[in-house]
Amino acid sequence: MKLKNREKDVIALLSKAQRENKHNYITEEKLKIIAQEAGLSYSEVYGVATFYSLFSLKPRGEYVIRVCDSGPCHLMGSRSIFEVLEEELKIKVGETTPDGEFTLEETSCLGICDEAPAMMINEKVYSNLTPQKIKGILRKLGDKK
Amino acid sequence: MIKELKSPMRIVLDNCGKINPESIREYIAQGGYKAIGKVLREMKPEEVVSEIKASGLQGRGGAAFPTGLKWEFTAKAEDTPKYIICNADEGEPGTFKDRAILEGDPHKIIEGVIIAGYSVGAHYGYIYIRGEYLFSINLFRKAIKQAEERGFLGENILGSGFDFQIEIHQGAGSYVCGEETALMDSLEGKRGNPRFKPPFPPSSGLWEKPTVINNVETLANIAPIILKGADWFRNFGTKKCPGTKVYAISGHIKEVGVVEAPLGITLREIITEYAQGMREGKFKMAQVGGTAGAILGEDMLDVPLDYTSLKEKGLVLGSGAILAMDETTCCVDMLKCFLNFFERESCGKCIPCRIGTEKLLELTTAISRGEGKEDDINLMLLTAEVMQKTSLCALGQSPILPISTILKYFREEFIEHIKGRCPTGVCKI
Ligand SMILES: Cc1cc2nc3c(=O)[nH]c(=O)nc-3n(C[C@H](O)[C@H](O)[C@H](O)COP(=O)(O)O)c2cc1C
Ligand code: SF4
Ligand code: FES
Repeated sequence: MKLKNREKDVIALLSKAQRENKHNYITEEKLKIIAQEAGLSYSEVYGVATFYSLFSLKPRGEYVIRVCDSGPCHLMGSRSIFEVLEEELKIKVGETTPDGEFTLEETSCLGICDEAPAMMINEKVYSNLTPQKIKGILRKLGDKK
Repeated sequence: MIKELKSPMRIVLDNCGKINPESIREYIAQGGYKAIGKVLREMKPEEVVSEIKASGLQGRGGAAFPTGLKWEFTAKAEDTPKYIICNADEGEPGTFKDRAILEGDPHKIIEGVIIAGYSVGAHYGYIYIRGEYLFSINLFRKAIKQAEERGFLGENILGSGFDFQIEIHQGAGSYVCGEETALMDSLEGKRGNPRFKPPFPPSSGLWEKPTVINNVETLANIAPIILKGADWFRNFGTKKCPGTKVYAISGHIKEVGVVEAPLGITLREIITEYAQGMREGKFKMAQVGGTAGAILGEDMLDVPLDYTSLKEKGLVLGSGAILAMDETTCCVDMLKCFLNFFERESCGKCIPCRIGTEKLLELTTAISRGEGKEDDINLMLLTAEVMQKTSLCALGQSPILPISTILKYFREEFIEHIKGRCPTGVCKI
């Protein structure tokens, strides 16, 4: 018994393609391949890929930093988190560092509001953030290289 | 692990923190999967639907639609196959109560989905979990496998002849996908745009087939109701809104977390008794129901937080999220934050919401910079009102509620900004 219509789940294919890309994005070639695999037109797959905020069609950093700025995080000081990140990384929200290491993004609520302010770096959650904590997190990620 | 405040009552969260969520054995030891046994051996599908109807359980995802009625519509629909969907897309800011249940007691949700399937005649279920909840996604993959191994899922469940299968779908980042019809399009592999209703999901849902879609918390109530009965369930909460609610409270309070309480508890009780009061500052306002919810001032501290009592006042309980804010909070800055959320998450399918959310954000941004005009306040209200009347889904219909209620209490503060001063010093004018 297999659930029908789901073997060619486009969203899962897109997620996989992005995960396998070092720069956290889906290339145009990949989009074409996925369209073929799923039996859809290129424009349909492009439409899906651009709808969801977790997907990117532009190269991003190895680490994608997504900071929440919804109500609870905003109230608990997310603006100061953005400020330190922008200062430390010398980029603005939406940009990638020239060395291709970090991308800074703003996101809606991540469901971690019990530990606001919160952010995710790739698949990892960081919460109860303070400006000091951010500096430590960045240093650790830099050291790993 | 989400902190659970001292809950006065536990139906939904009963096992959370008590059992190892990775162990089906521990769930079974607490009476888990007994309800599915009872249903398959002793009850006809119609009887299950009647029991849920009699319990008065209302959907906990926000709209408070009677669950039994939803199941009955789907059971009576003739088309097949039918589907069950568990909505675990939890995206309403301030809401983390579904995560508490997902991470604490996955099998209770699975059991609820199977019972729903049996009662409406569905053999397939999906659990749509938001992409960021990776911990829950992995936990559910394991839990489903365990349930299959023990014969609670798969073919001929417990020798009853009933087949049921569950699959996980991982979301990809979109608030509007929590809206039921958008979620269905998303499950079908499309852009998650809400559909025009009617038709409603019970007659035409996933792949245009009859579909029950329920919130995580709704489904977590099913097994307890089956085991203990509708009358037992009606002992809790209010007459019109039976049972408990899992409230998620955050903001300027001493203890942040989830608390399960009978429906009808007041905001004052939640803040003072369970969240241990405000931190340093004095209470200024609370937003109830998430970003799409209303602002409540001090005069509303004693309103019972149930669907009916709030509706009578033109307010909503929504997801049950509560954001408590003290006097250091700037109203204009917060409203700008709420409107930024709507602007970012508007799917763009319909014009009033696509353009309206942008205009609303522009207007509040101007006010927060001291560049607003007095007329802008009325323009905001008018824009949000038009959106309420003409938008396709509840996302575009919602901004009027936070805007009109915050203005009801703090219009003066907006006017001060327009005159060039932010009373709390938050906005840089
Ligand atoms: C913009 C929007 C977002 C929503 N997000 C969610 C959500 O994350 N989880 C949820 O259960 N319901 C959400 N809903 C409500 C669903 O449309 C639907 O009413 C609910 O899943 C039905 O389940 P229930 O009857 O058990 O509450 C959302 C609705 C709207 C309009
Ligand atoms: S109201 Fe907004 S979110 Fe809903 S369908 Fe229209 S544009 Fe999309
Ligand atoms: S508001 Fe930031 S995680 Fe919910």
